[in-house]
Amino acid sequence: MTANDLSPNHLQLTRDGQLRHFLTLDGLSRELLTDILDTADSFIEVGERSIKKVPLLRGRTVVNLFFEPSTRTRSTFELAAKRLSADVLNLDISSSATSKGESLSDTLLNLEAMASDMFVVRHSQSGAPHFIAESVTPGVAIINAGDGRHAHPTQAMLDMLTIRQHKDRFEGLKVAIVGDVLHSRVARSQIRALNELGVDEVRIIAPGTLLPRDVEDLGCTVEYDMKRGMRDLDVVIMLRLQNERMEGALLPSEREFFRLYGLTQDKLALAKPDCIVMHPGPINRGVEIESSVADGPQSVILNQVTNGIAIRMAVMSMAMGGQMAERQQRQTDNKEAGV
Amino acid sequence: MSSSDLNTGESLRITGGTLFDGEIEKENPGLLIADGRIAAIGDGALNAGADKTFDATGCVISVGFVDLCCNLREPGTGQKGNIASETRAAAHGGFTTVCASPETSPMNDSGAVTHLIHEAAASKGVVRVLPIGAITRGLKGEMLSDMAGLKAAGCVALGNGSKSISNARILRRCMAYAQTFGLTVMFSPENQALAADGYAHDGQVTTRLGLLGIPEVAETAAVAEMLLLAEETGVRLHLSQLSCARSVEMLAQARQRGIRVTADVAMHQLAFTEAKLAEFDSRFHVRPPLRSEADRQALVAGVETGVIDAIVSQHQPHDSAAKQAPLPATEPGLSSIESVLSLGLELVGRGELSRVRLLQALTTGPSGILERDWKLAEGSVADLCVFAPARSWQPSPQTLTSAGKHAPVLDRELPGRVRLTLVGGCEAWAD
Repeated sequence: MTANDLSPNHLQLTRDGQLRHFLTLDGLSRELLTDILDTADSFIEVGERSIKKVPLLRGRTVVNLFFEPSTRTRSTFELAAKRLSADVLNLDISSSATSKGESLSDTLLNLEAMASDMFVVRHSQSGAPHFIAESVTPGVAIINAGDGRHAHPTQAMLDMLTIRQHKDRFEGLKVAIVGDVLHSRVARSQIRALNELGVDEVRIIAPGTLLPRDVEDLGCTVEYDMKRGMRDLDVVIMLRLQNERMEGALLPSEREFFRLYGLTQDKLALAKPDCIVMHPGPINRGVEIESSVADGPQSVILNQVTNGIAIRMAVMSMAMGGQMAERQQRQTDNKEAGV
Repeated sequence: MSSSDLNTGESLRITGGTLFDGEIEKENPGLLIADGRIAAIGDGALNAGADKTFDATGCVISVGFVDLCCNLREPGTGQKGNIASETRAAAHGGFTTVCASPETSPMNDSGAVTHLIHEAAASKGVVRVLPIGAITRGLKGEMLSDMAGLKAAGCVALGNGSKSISNARILRRCMAYAQTFGLTVMFSPENQALAADGYAHDGQVTTRLGLLGIPEVAETAAVAEMLLLAEETGVRLHLSQLSCARSVEMLAQARQRGIRVTADVAMHQLAFTEAKLAEFDSRFHVRPPLRSEADRQALVAGVETGVIDAIVSQHQPHDSAAKQAPLPATEPGLSSIESVLSLGLELVGRGELSRVRLLQALTTGPSGILERDWKLAEGSVADLCVFAPARSWQPSPQTLTSAGKHAPVLDRELPGRVRLTLVGGCEAWAD
């Protein structure tokens, strides 16, 4: 059983291999990932103009469907959609329909009745965007903005864009992901992207309680000792640590975690001198990262945020393109069938 | 036979085909059913007059199947099925007896509920229904149920449904008290603290998809605890729905030590693995979860060698809303009773399991655990099914009789078509 045998490609790719939904990086080829990065690069220029709009999604309605609170991801998706000239509807579902007992299926039926073209979905349950992609009417694109512990593919792709901007290539790079991999959808998507793009090594640095079972199967090595793990690194990605991890007896204290796995100037000095520091945010200063590192010259954390808009523009326009191509195909098929 | 109307009082002769009497398969020497019993086998059957005849050429005539774990959803709200719909589904699957799980609403933790089930089964059921009583009140794992009262009302065994008893002291007392009345206890081994909020096998697929895992040790730790407590209390223990290779090993060792323990496995554990969840297919959200291929193979081997006594359906019909949600939010369970035989025949077809062991695990295996002696012999009750192993059918919302339409296979044909199911000589299903 390999990752590719299990890929949900029939769901997220059209017959000729274009994106139709963007649910996970599993099963997406290096060519497609590179295509996303190149498309995003072309959109970065849009953000530098005085009029920051292109008409690719003009007349389309994008619904931001956030079942879980989010500031950064939601606002960058909103900006991305607006720069593509789409109409945007933001729905904070965590405080509306579902709390009144409406099921997800019923919420969706209602939203579809509003003739939306794309749902950007954030949900606390792994697989929710898959479920939505399986149940919506054909023609509506689903973009995963983070589901449970499963995937956060746009975050991983903006991280890849950031790495490419600073390192120019993926071959030969040694990348470490540090901290709470067990609960992290970001880490799962990053490991997949880094492997597909061909880095030399993905190294996970974490204590045993924060690692999923047989995590090596995802394509990474495991190091418990951060000082040893920092050696030869080109990129170090820090993950956010949630406060509730102490309560579940996964860790004894924030202080001990910071001492062992927090990124400090001293530990960073063990990596390559040009090693970049990344963090998907929001950062916990003094828990997983020292302020002087977060704000220091090797940190590219704010570049990540800027790149987030470009990546989301790329993915949204590509998925909409795939849906349009498929719609035309359906019409042609229907004509040929004499319907 | 022109089907549809075999009443008690009418006699039926079945000729041709293969006969599985509960032990072995042999050529059918002729079978005569009269007054709800097997009146004659062999020449006596061929020479006597009969009201109807059934040509079973190409078919297997087997003792009726017995299911140790079935959810009939009655008493309940009716949305997920009821005794009428689910016993008909059982008959379609070739089952003539089903044990009704105590997880009903209200739960079967008192003689009154047991009576209710008996009455509904007598008036609306088409197969035999044997209730399993709740061993703790409300299945909460805190206080003992009225075990003697449940036994007197007709419960054939006691268990805690799919719920675990987290307090080992209470589990020990449950066993000791049940042992007082000679009751068999049936437990689905799961350590609650280790299973926590999980809903899928902690392994390759959960790691990749970020699903919450139930580690193997959640089962094996519970199996170890239960085996030790059963040894100490002397209760007759039945382990329900094993899912791990290591559990099969521990079971075999316990038997060698002379502990009175039996076990079953759900057919879907023999047929499928964790890979079924790779695309978040909520149908395969089952508990215990589908585990690795190595586990699956060990479970099949456990049935073949006889370490595992019985195969069950673990039938859990649901309304569609229960499965229409992101996987973690769905309810566990498959609508499985109509596909058990077919999935078993696929294992036989692939050479993984012998047909005789499959049939034993569906008949004498489970009936032995219930201390019943259902066989196809002259004078015995006419509980039997006739199935055509080579004929196929495709499960679909139209062909499924159960109120639950989430069968494990829906997209292809399956081998093994049940042509006739008789319960006490009465027709419960005819194709």
